[in-house]
Amino acid sequence: MLNATYIALIPLLPLAGFVMLGLFGRKYFRNTSGVIATVLLLASTLLALYTAYGYFFEYGKAGGVYQKLVPLKYTWLEFSKGVSIDMGIILDPISAMMLVVVTFVSLMVHIYSLAYMKGEERFPTYYAFLGLFTFSMLGLVLSSNIFQIYIFWELVGVSSFLLIGYYYDKPSAVAACKKAFIVTRFADVGFLIGILVLSYYSNTLDFNTLIANLTSPESNAYKSAAAASFLGVSALTWGLVLVFIGGAGKSAMFPLHIWLPDAMEGPTPVSALIHAATMVVAGVFLVARLFPVFAISSPNALNLVAYVGAASALFAAVIACTQTDIKRVLAYSTMSQIGYMMFALGVAHWGAGEKMLGYTASMFHLFTHAMFKALLFLGAGAVIHFVHSNEMKDMGGLRKFMPITHISFLVACLAIAGVPPFAGFFSKEEILLAAYHSNTTVYWIALITSGLTAFYMFRLYFSIFWNKEHHPHGEAHHGEGGFAMMMPLVLLAVGAAGAGFIPFGHYVTADGTRLESEFHLQFSILPVALGLAGIVLAMWLYKKQNERPDKIATSLSGLYKAAYRKFYIDEIYLFITQKIIFNLVGRPAAWFDKNVVDGLVNLTGNTTQLVSEKIKGIQSGKVQQYAIYFLVSIVGLALLFIYIWK
Amino acid sequence: MNLLLLLAIPLLTALLVLAARNASQVRWISLLGAAVQLASTLGLYLAFRHERAVGNAAQFLFEQQYNMFSSLKIGFHLGVDGISVAMILLTAFVVVAGVLVSWNVEKMTKEFYFLLILLSLGAYGFFISLDLFILFFFLEIAVIPKYLLIGIWGSGKKEYSANKLALMLMGGSALVLVGLLGVYFSASVKSFDLVILSKGIVSPEVQNICFPLLFAGFGVFTALFPFHTWVPDGHSSAPTAGSMFLAGISMKLGGYGCLRVATYLLPQGAQHYANVVIALSVIAIVYGAFATMMQKDLKYINAYSSVSHCGFVLLGIGMLTKTSMTGAVMQMVSHGLMTALFFAVIGMIYDRTHTRQVSEMGGLLKTMPFIGSVLFIVGLCSLGLPGLSGFVAEMTVFMGSWENPDRFSRIATILSCLSIVVTAVYILRAVGKVAMGPIRADFAALPDASWNEKLAAIVLVVGILAIGTAPFWLNDLVNPATEIIKQKLMMPVPLD
Repeated sequence: MLNATYIALIPLLPLAGFVMLGLFGRKYFRNTSGVIATVLLLASTLLALYTAYGYFFEYGKAGGVYQKLVPLKYTWLEFSKGVSIDMGIILDPISAMMLVVVTFVSLMVHIYSLAYMKGEERFPTYYAFLGLFTFSMLGLVLSSNIFQIYIFWELVGVSSFLLIGYYYDKPSAVAACKKAFIVTRFADVGFLIGILVLSYYSNTLDFNTLIANLTSPESNAYKSAAAASFLGVSALTWGLVLVFIGGAGKSAMFPLHIWLPDAMEGPTPVSALIHAATMVVAGVFLVARLFPVFAISSPNALNLVAYVGAASALFAAVIACTQTDIKRVLAYSTMSQIGYMMFALGVAHWGAGEKMLGYTASMFHLFTHAMFKALLFLGAGAVIHFVHSNEMKDMGGLRKFMPITHISFLVACLAIAGVPPFAGFFSKEEILLAAYHSNTTVYWIALITSGLTAFYMFRLYFSIFWNKEHHPHGEAHHGEGGFAMMMPLVLLAVGAAGAGFIPFGHYVTADGTRLESEFHLQFSILPVALGLAGIVLAMWLYKKQNERPDKIATSLSGLYKAAYRKFYIDEIYLFITQKIIFNLVGRPAAWFDKNVVDGLVNLTGNTTQLVSEKIKGIQSGKVQQYAIYFLVSIVGLALLFIYIWK
Repeated sequence: MNLLLLLAIPLLTALLVLAARNASQVRWISLLGAAVQLASTLGLYLAFRHERAVGNAAQFLFEQQYNMFSSLKIGFHLGVDGISVAMILLTAFVVVAGVLVSWNVEKMTKEFYFLLILLSLGAYGFFISLDLFILFFFLEIAVIPKYLLIGIWGSGKKEYSANKLALMLMGGSALVLVGLLGVYFSASVKSFDLVILSKGIVSPEVQNICFPLLFAGFGVFTALFPFHTWVPDGHSSAPTAGSMFLAGISMKLGGYGCLRVATYLLPQGAQHYANVVIALSVIAIVYGAFATMMQKDLKYINAYSSVSHCGFVLLGIGMLTKTSMTGAVMQMVSHGLMTALFFAVIGMIYDRTHTRQVSEMGGLLKTMPFIGSVLFIVGLCSLGLPGLSGFVAEMTVFMGSWENPDRFSRIATILSCLSIVVTAVYILRAVGKVAMGPIRADFAALPDASWNEKLAAIVLVVGILAIGTAPFWLNDLVNPATEIIKQKLMMPVPLD
């Protein structure tokens, strides 16, 4: 049964955890906070599964088509008639799917953290923030109103900020959390202005109405939005592009990606949840949410999505090949995979069947990626826990010491590399197929990227678990991390191995109809071969300690160095912010205020004082002087009267 | 609900404070008075809602009228609409918090509290007056105590700041007075009564002369560019409660005056100068934000950010749409609560570290979890995080501004939107340095907030959350009032 209360509880339970642990955690729940938060989230997860099951198999369909249901809507802030921020719940294939993804991964991270974060001084705060994040992310995916999604969008941003800065006494963590917040904030302004533009023309903030108004060519909203133009681009396209900028910021698309690698300063389970599986795909989700408007009304904006996605995918994959901090490799890999999802949406069209394949493929990849990327991060966390370092050079030969981590990590690597029959193979295949039918440039970029992906993932894998022999010095006693850390790894590994067999097209499509996924053997040969080639190359270079990687790095000196330095994007940003914004705008503004504006105020005051000082002598109180003034004035007036007035 | 009660309670409190025997009595009497006043303003809000709910659609409720100078048509006319109720609620919250944070003022405690209460009396009177002469009278009452509060209990270059503040605000008052007289003498009906004047006819020529006088005059109070420079100096020299009252209450007198008097009485003038107002407020928003970014002293940071945030109030008024004006009122309430809280926190930090220089602090979250957390909350409110009041107010202003389709308004709105990035930069720089990072060794044993400080912060945080999480009550309260102003703006131009 469709019951709005149950659905509303899904985000509200983690919120309750946040409020409770945030206010009283330090005092009363020092040790129990983890368990409390986990139990709340378990309840949330069960409700999410129940809701998703109900939606997909019981009440979601009407006439064979999945509907966009709005079981709850509450006016929160009304601006003018028809234009209001509503707090509502939308239930459609993508929100139902996201409910499952977010609660499941979050639950895994909650359980994992019970062991991983044990003994932290701010243990209750950590779980409070996790609760805040989970609440915000669930609110985001359930939003039925474009302003509501913006509200939760900002809230996930701040939870991400708080969690990246969890180790707040580390200057690098403080810098990273500020950077993440400010860069995404900058992108969010685009989103905000985009909302203003779209709502102005469609005269609503409600998603369903907005999409309906802006996709029917007969409607006044559509006509005025398409007719109004700025710099030769229609207002509608501007609005969508601006919204996309917001999405690109959150999803770390080039060139707004610079915050993501630094965000790895946060605790590793947080990276798994926020910066791999859930929050960073919010941009993809947003474009998917507005997909009909993009596809029907502004193919140009959708093309931009495709190219930005493809460029980010390749760019990040190249950088990932050179990084040595394992979390940063994973961060760039995340960026690259989100690029995949993004361009998959970009190459999709509105229309029946195959044309919309990109949409389904993108959501499919989002789903499988959440499994294997969360697994990779949690695995990396176990490794970091074991060797107390993020650097590849401190690792090697760990397969003997961490068998469960090793196997699950291998499963995830195979999945992301697109080796059949692991999950990533199916979703990536669909994406490549969609790109192949629509945009050859994007297809070739995607193909190259998939080869690179296999290479850098197995570079990581071999460097951690093979390569040089590991000589444990005292850390072996705490083993792999116990049941709480291993259970999530195993569960996620099952997902990463098996999620590909879900017939996604039956459930998640752009217009709610059923899409049969076709399997073309001849089409799969090339990408799989490339992937295997990447793996073999990585094996040749990194399975045993040898000189080859260094030699190759030297021979590629310029390119290698540029990639290693992340193509100097950070430096460019630093130059713009420090040199231009601070020195050429901020400093002059402060100087102008202190010297010119305030100078004028002081000048007025001083002039008044000066003048009174000069003329105060007139009021001397001496009668003789007054008589003289009197006489002189009379003579003066008389002269004036005689000679000027006549 | 008798509005005289709102004047009687502070008056009685002030008298009792004078009669008190020692500092402890002074504090408790003040706190009691402020709490009773808070309760009665909440009562006012409920009574107001009740009246509206049962269908009383009069523009002003709970009106009272007494003759004062019938020959000059000056009357003691009181009444409230949604805007006034919102401002009165704000004042009551800030006063309670201000009384609480001043608990440790040892120097001339009696006089200090007397002036605080007097200032609040002026503000309450100002917000309930419907007669312009009385309104002006209360405006002046609210100015004088500030001079003394800064001059006597201030710090730093306090004489300079007190003089500057008092003179600039007096200058603003003078402009207001001239404008009022202009309206009085040229209106077709001679009266100082706002309700009568709003029905009378002021010719467009006179409106075009009087509007700038009134708007700039009230604008000085609310940091209208370029009359904002009293703000940083005044705040930085004022004692904590002085800063809170100054930014939380006094600056709102100006915004309220701009809306209630200048815009409502002179609609043609308002339309004529709309673009000037918009331009000046965008300058205040953007330039104020950049100037904040370069400040090093916490109080200067909050003072300059107040300039930027009050720019949103003026922008909302200048845009002249119903939504934007509602947003302006919301921003006044939101900014009042938020900035009072910010100054309160700065005061708490200063009392412990004896510095306000951002560069000299670090990691305070570790030793003062409560104060540090409140600093985070107020910082996030300032940068417009949803769930806190700043977001709601700013978004309402943006939505309202975007309703004007001309290119000038569009550019102004976009520039203001961009300022929220700069806000994020300066807030995170400051909060990041003060609360986060490694802690200084000599700060490692500092105590966290005391009971009175905690209570003060909680009172204001509750206000911020009440607006941020459930903005509809404030919206419903203010909207009918701004709707009336909007209707007045749309009335045809009167003929001579």
